[in-house]
Amino acid sequence: MRSTKWTLAALLACGMAASPVTAQQAPSVPQARFVVVLDAAHGGDETGGRLANGQFEKTFTLALTTRLRSLLAARGIQVVTTRESDAAVEPEKRAEIANHAAAQACLSLHASESGTGVHLFVSSLEPAQPVRFSAWKTAQGVSVARSLKLAGVVNSALLQAGMSTTLARTTLPAIDSMTCPAVAVEIAPERSALHETTAELDNKDYQARVATALAAALVEWRTEARQP
Amino acid sequence: MIPRYQKILFGLLLAASVAMGATLWHLRQRAHERLIAGQDSAPTSAPDVAPAEQATLLVANDSNGAMLTQFLSLPLPADPGARARAVLGKLLDLYAAPDAAHPVPGGASSVTQVFLLPATELGAAAKPKLADSKTVVILSGESSATPPAALSQQTPQFGPQMAVVNLSGTFAASHPSGIETEMLTVLSICGTLHANLPRVTQVRFLVDGAQRATFAGHADLTRTYLAADAIPAEEIRP
Repeated sequence: MRSTKWTLAALLACGMAASPVTAQQAPSVPQARFVVVLDAAHGGDETGGRLANGQFEKTFTLALTTRLRSLLAARGIQVVTTRESDAAVEPEKRAEIANHAAAQACLSLHASESGTGVHLFVSSLEPAQPVRFSAWKTAQGVSVARSLKLAGVVNSALLQAGMSTTLARTTLPAIDSMTCPAVAVEIAPERSALHETTAELDNKDYQARVATALAAALVEWRTEARQP
Repeated sequence: MIPRYQKILFGLLLAASVAMGATLWHLRQRAHERLIAGQDSAPTSAPDVAPAEQATLLVANDSNGAMLTQFLSLPLPADPGARARAVLGKLLDLYAAPDAAHPVPGGASSVTQVFLLPATELGAAAKPKLADSKTVVILSGESSATPPAALSQQTPQFGPQMAVVNLSGTFAASHPSGIETEMLTVLSICGTLHANLPRVTQVRFLVDGAQRATFAGHADLTRTYLAADAIPAEEIRP
């Protein structure tokens, strides 16, 4: 009984001693919550394309999502994923997850054997004014301008990492229903100017470079988002 | 003893058999004569073939994600629907070639039908914008072939049209998977239709007569595409 009293007294003394120190610190401005949604395309019966090594697109995108999530978590970025396993997720459900997360950036990850480098796509919807209730199929319209900016940041990061990129518009149902700044990232094998393949999709170094560049882009996007 | 009525019946049947045999022989002879006469008749006039015209194809290239304009001389039918099918058939033939820059198996037979309908106005937010600000609306540059706007609105035969492209299920099932490759197919079809039939401003897709979500999991085929937006400004004319 006596020891408990002494313990309580000691804790109280520590608390009183600590409180002046806290009061002397400059009042910290609460950082805005920064959430990124990573959408691993396809899954379950919907396998996506078959890559050169026989792997399905759904497997590649899930592995890349896992790698990118680790990189972002290490940089203090909160990540929400649309799937964590080989499960089928409808495009509407993907958009629902992204919209519930109120994310500052959404990346939909894809892979393809056609083309070269990394293809970046923004919704082809025309920019729209924010309204109280957006149409589900065209909800991305209010964020298209910010999505284009995000695509620019991702494009710069990939170019800095020495990768070739293409920027275009597309009509992807999952992206078109998202309200966050959203970019679809399609990774293709890296090819030289003579169309010789220099890095296949199963090249671990290539995957690491893409993931690192995407993480750097999202860190840059967070910095821009926090600027007044 | 054979009854009398049976003798008469046998005689009648024998006479009928002889008469039928003679008739068949006669008909055979006539058919043979017709056949011999037909062999002598050489063709005197060539069959009707549509005259060759310059067709504009927007051909996709996977290596740089761009579309290049190709001008080909093709026999094009006068009927707009058949004309649309002919140019799209040629475009898909190029994609089915072994050394195609945008390889897609199938060829001309993949275009089952092309229907042309009066176009309807789309909501601003629902319009998919397929290219950046460099694109222009080709209709604004067509001075001779395009009637005045007022006339277009009053008379459907001069107004903008929607092309409904019905593709075969085999083509859709064998299309390579990927956002870029699927979008390039959609854009090149839209651009080629608009370049050859300027009144076609909107394009929709069917697969085996029914709506299909995507070719291979990416580009949305349920939307109405604006054909003019698929053509970059520098690719409209040589």
